[in-house]
Amino acid sequence: MRRRVIFPNKVLPYLLLAPQLAITIVFFFWPAAQAIYWSVLIQDPFGLRTEFVWLENFRMILTDPLYLGSIQVTVIFSLAVAALAMGFALLFAVMADMKIRGVRAYRTLLMWPYAVAPAVAASLWLFIFHPSIGIIGRTLNDLGILWDYKLNGTQALLLVILASAWKQVSYNFLFFLAGLQAIPKSLVEAASMDAGPARRFRSIVFPLLSPTTFFLLVVNMVYAFFDTFGVIHALTGGGPAKATETLIYKVYTDGVVNIDLGSSSAQSVILMAVVITLTALQFRFIERKVHY
Amino acid sequence: MIASLAPLAVEAQQRVQVDFWHGLSQPEGGMLEKVVSDFNASQTKYQVNSTFKGSYPETMVAAIAAFRAGTAPHIVQMFEVGTATMMAAKGAVKPVFELMQEAGVPFDPKVYVPAVRGYYSTSDGRMLSMPFNSSTPITWYNKDAFKKAGLDPEKPPRTWEETREAAKKIRAANAAACGLTISWPTWTQVENFSAIHNVPLATKSNGLDGMDAELKTNSPLHVKHLQTLMDMHKEGTFKYGGRDGAGNSLFTSGECAMIHASSGMRARVVSEAKFEWGVAMLPYYKGTPGAPKNSIIGGASFWVMTSPKRTADEYKAVAEFFGYLARPEVDAKWHMDTGYVPITLAGFALVSGQGYYIKTPGADLAFRQLTLTEPTANSRGLRLGNMPEIRVVMQEEMEKAFQGQQTAKQALDSTVQRGNTILRNFERTNRQ
Repeated sequence: MRRRVIFPNKVLPYLLLAPQLAITIVFFFWPAAQAIYWSVLIQDPFGLRTEFVWLENFRMILTDPLYLGSIQVTVIFSLAVAALAMGFALLFAVMADMKIRGVRAYRTLLMWPYAVAPAVAASLWLFIFHPSIGIIGRTLNDLGILWDYKLNGTQALLLVILASAWKQVSYNFLFFLAGLQAIPKSLVEAASMDAGPARRFRSIVFPLLSPTTFFLLVVNMVYAFFDTFGVIHALTGGGPAKATETLIYKVYTDGVVNIDLGSSSAQSVILMAVVITLTALQFRFIERKVHY
Repeated sequence: MIASLAPLAVEAQQRVQVDFWHGLSQPEGGMLEKVVSDFNASQTKYQVNSTFKGSYPETMVAAIAAFRAGTAPHIVQMFEVGTATMMAAKGAVKPVFELMQEAGVPFDPKVYVPAVRGYYSTSDGRMLSMPFNSSTPITWYNKDAFKKAGLDPEKPPRTWEETREAAKKIRAANAAACGLTISWPTWTQVENFSAIHNVPLATKSNGLDGMDAELKTNSPLHVKHLQTLMDMHKEGTFKYGGRDGAGNSLFTSGECAMIHASSGMRARVVSEAKFEWGVAMLPYYKGTPGAPKNSIIGGASFWVMTSPKRTADEYKAVAEFFGYLARPEVDAKWHMDTGYVPITLAGFALVSGQGYYIKTPGADLAFRQLTLTEPTANSRGLRLGNMPEIRVVMQEEMEKAFQGQQTAKQALDSTVQRGNTILRNFERTNRQ
């Protein structure tokens, strides 16, 4: 039984929608349209000479081995960040959901990293892992383990993954905790009659958390794709070589540093297409399997 | 009462306003703004308003965006590697020689040190931008570590052979955790390396004679040099400190006993280094014909930007400001305050005359290295399109070589190939 609400006024709804629509148009549709427009042009930085080149920018990007390398880095980076951030958040949420002393203090502390700005987070990690001034970085080198993320691509990627995941754990923790608390206690109690905690978690808690998990998966992938710029910029600047240059970082480098608007816009358009496709696919196919 | 105030108000309004964007952070930024306010106080007709716009690349992007919107500042400070980009933007910038001529402000480019003048002039000697803060890379070394390693602290290495020997002794005696490091890797080890050894960085006089220049950084000497650094890296006598200025802290903290870094690091070394230090010229390979030549500059210059709204008065104001900057006493003060090199010959003479170099030994070394010889086609400077991007490519390939992922030859061949692609793209977008 659903009651339909009928608004007699024909203007008011649009007026009420207007601010949101304006924001969407100005900050989403307009830039997206601009990106598509610029992606078919080649222009000097000052905009003095413009050449229409059809899809040449796209052809150049897609045949560039460095761009393909950047895709690989992005995939590894995003999967690792999402897995780590969600895995640890779930672990912490399960533990913070138990009846232990000082549980409120733990919960509060676990939320703090979310309030830290990306550049500040990167600085914190730098002070820990810098090969000559970082506490752990120095210790590793003193122990004879060669640690130098400025020169070792694998270590650099590891470092930006850890820093990015760390920042996202709090957010995931909040959602997982809320999800856990929404699970009816009676279910868990009934199950504890003949199943251990591990089994209970696998058969009851985790499936019931799946809507949260699915939501977080989407959010974390988007975070890893687009919101980790600050951390990468402050920690490694995309280097060494191109070991930590994700697609979004490359858009920045080509557009802002190298002032190649055509190539940068073409890359943005590709990213836009990827995100639209991924989101559509996820909602279409994965959401069905999620138990709501 | 009102009548008596009016002329003052009118006078204040009549000052021609000039916007000036710069990219110097503190403390240098404050010192630059002091130069500007000194100019404002020195006369009553013009008012220059300085604004800090972030790092050099950020300032460049801001100026370009403003130009596209028709609101470019009158003057923008641009780092040296942005020179080719600015120069190619005909219609967006007003060359300094043209500005001075039109405004009727007497101006002689010959007052500038040749290595400075050449960097910012066309190949036939017409000045395009106003030189201001310039530096050049030199060797800084830790005298305490030298003593500990049994080296003579008053005899720093002059050649690469001696540099490596010294670094080995420092490591053998454990006088420092590493012998040598570098900052601004491409500026010190590729651009200045080429100039000092009188080998081309690129064809067409390093790009000064034309936009169709091609990189030449895979010559046998360049390969030999990268190989030396790689070998030193392997034997633990050299440490790569990261891109741009990241290596500086390795020297000031005492971790590395020698560094090739900007002469502009002086203020930082004075305040941070807890050891006796000295400066020396950059080393060269023994037996290289003609080496050592003068080094080349880094730093920034001032560009005049156009806008549809500009008036002749505004250009005149800019020209007067530039005339002020070219004065020896302004140059001398800037040099002594900041550690940047004197860029005018008269400025250097003024500072020498005051006995500054006797009080602060070594402060003139950068200037002496910069004026060591008459600049050749290889040591006049460089003008390559999208140079910031090429620098990144050079650093990336170097990093891969230090990681052992490729040989020196492969790294430099790949640098040349990728760099040339960037140069051709630049040529294409800036074709007349």
